[in-house]
Amino acid sequence: MARFVDLTLAGTANGMVYAALALALVLIWRSTRIVNFAQGGMAMITTFIAFSIVQRGGSYWLALLVAVAAGLLIGAVAERLLIRPVEDKPPLNAVIVTLGLLVFLQALAGMIYGGTPRSFSPAFDIRGFQAGDRRLLFSPADLFTVLAVLAVMAGLAVLFRYTSLGLRMRAAAFAPEVARLLGVRVARTLTIGWALAAAVGALAGVLVAPSTFVGPNQFDATLVFGFTAAVLGGLDSPAGAVVGGLLLGVALSYLSGYAGSDVVTLGALVVLIAVLMVRPAGLFGSTGERRV
Amino acid sequence: MLEVAGLVATYGAVRALDGVDLTAPAGSITAVLGANGAGKTTLLRTVNGLVRARAGEVRLDGRTVTGLSPEDLVRRGLGHVPEGRGVITELTVEENLRLGGLWRRDRRGLRADLAQTYELFPLLGARRARTAETLSGGERQMLALGRALMGRPRLLLLDEPSLGLAPRVTAQIMAVLRRLRADDGLTVVLVEQNARSALSIADRGVVLNLGRVVADSPAGDLAADERLRHAYLGF
Repeated sequence: MARFVDLTLAGTANGMVYAALALALVLIWRSTRIVNFAQGGMAMITTFIAFSIVQRGGSYWLALLVAVAAGLLIGAVAERLLIRPVEDKPPLNAVIVTLGLLVFLQALAGMIYGGTPRSFSPAFDIRGFQAGDRRLLFSPADLFTVLAVLAVMAGLAVLFRYTSLGLRMRAAAFAPEVARLLGVRVARTLTIGWALAAAVGALAGVLVAPSTFVGPNQFDATLVFGFTAAVLGGLDSPAGAVVGGLLLGVALSYLSGYAGSDVVTLGALVVLIAVLMVRPAGLFGSTGERRV
Repeated sequence: MLEVAGLVATYGAVRALDGVDLTAPAGSITAVLGANGAGKTTLLRTVNGLVRARAGEVRLDGRTVTGLSPEDLVRRGLGHVPEGRGVITELTVEENLRLGGLWRRDRRGLRADLAQTYELFPLLGARRARTAETLSGGERQMLALGRALMGRPRLLLLDEPSLGLAPRVTAQIMAVLRRLRADDGLTVVLVEQNARSALSIADRGVVLNLGRVVADSPAGDLAADERLRHAYLGF
């Protein structure tokens, strides 16, 4: 029983990171119908920026702040410079562009920081909370991860639900042409969407770095988990991304605890394929064509 | 108010508009009629900036606006009621309405206009918190119209407002248009397949066929011209 609780708690912390990455993918998918394969690369670069700040004696919080700000900037620039020109083209073009960006970012990181993964210290203690005479598999650092991602999600929910910028962004995502006819500058909302997504990804990167380390290819697996979580939740749904991330995190934690950590990636792959075969729209996705 | 001169628009090799001229004076209602594929919708989409004109000019209040984006045209007083009751079904009724005026700076005026819209369409007020998906066809048309009015347009473009609606609902919408014209001096251009109901409220009718204007006369004359009616209007 104690083992089960431990695995559930550990899975929740991991799941929140997957949820954040899934959310970043969903934000972009919803507005531009593009799967951003560069998401992991963008998060990796921003985490390296955080790493550099800490290395030069900056505080963790300054590093986190700068990483998120850099995420905003990188997301906006990527959309304006790279995605905008292929927005009206077949979807494959955009996919190739994001893959190209991923390769570019990984090469860039390799040139600057080398290929060896670097360690990244967390903001809080990574020893589990004491519960009676034993330690839980859930640390203050894990708690911070959960709370930070929850706070960002709540913030996004408020932004989308209650602000006029959020209304514009939703309108642009659901019906871009109608939105334009009502005066919404749709191109601008797309840039903002990419910026927000990259910022959320940047947060996820800094949160996950203590356990994966930072390196040019270090986030590849995490991105696959984030992508699986997004597909599980239905690529279209922010709430689905969160639920998908948590479900996947917990499921993979059980798998790792009861069957061994070697099969975790395989487990994610099985989930991905199963969802695509049984329920391609995901748990929360809207199926079929949009009716107007 | 709106002047269109020699407008040409193409889809690939097809000349959807082949030199269209049209004038809609301030405070008038103009009906653009014609069969399917005559170029009616393309005309609207070229005027509102969604389709780029190959040649010709669009003028609003004497100023050339050809090539401006839809977003900018809205800010110059163009209102739009898209085809197929283009309400955004995922958003609530109130969100749809707010969207129509989001570009405006005067918050207070917006609040007043929202209240006024609910007065004009009490049904929308009763359903303000529901998603537009739950509305009937007629209610959606009201919503699309109310939403366009939230931008306080001086020129309102309507694309097939009566499509798929019960005659009673169509009459209601036409009555609202007439009232807006009388009260606020709104200029209206409506594209309609349903020539009879459109001509009943229009001052002028323009008939398109294969991208060209084949008739442009007072609405009464058009309705009385049996040859034209049979050839292009189907009644």
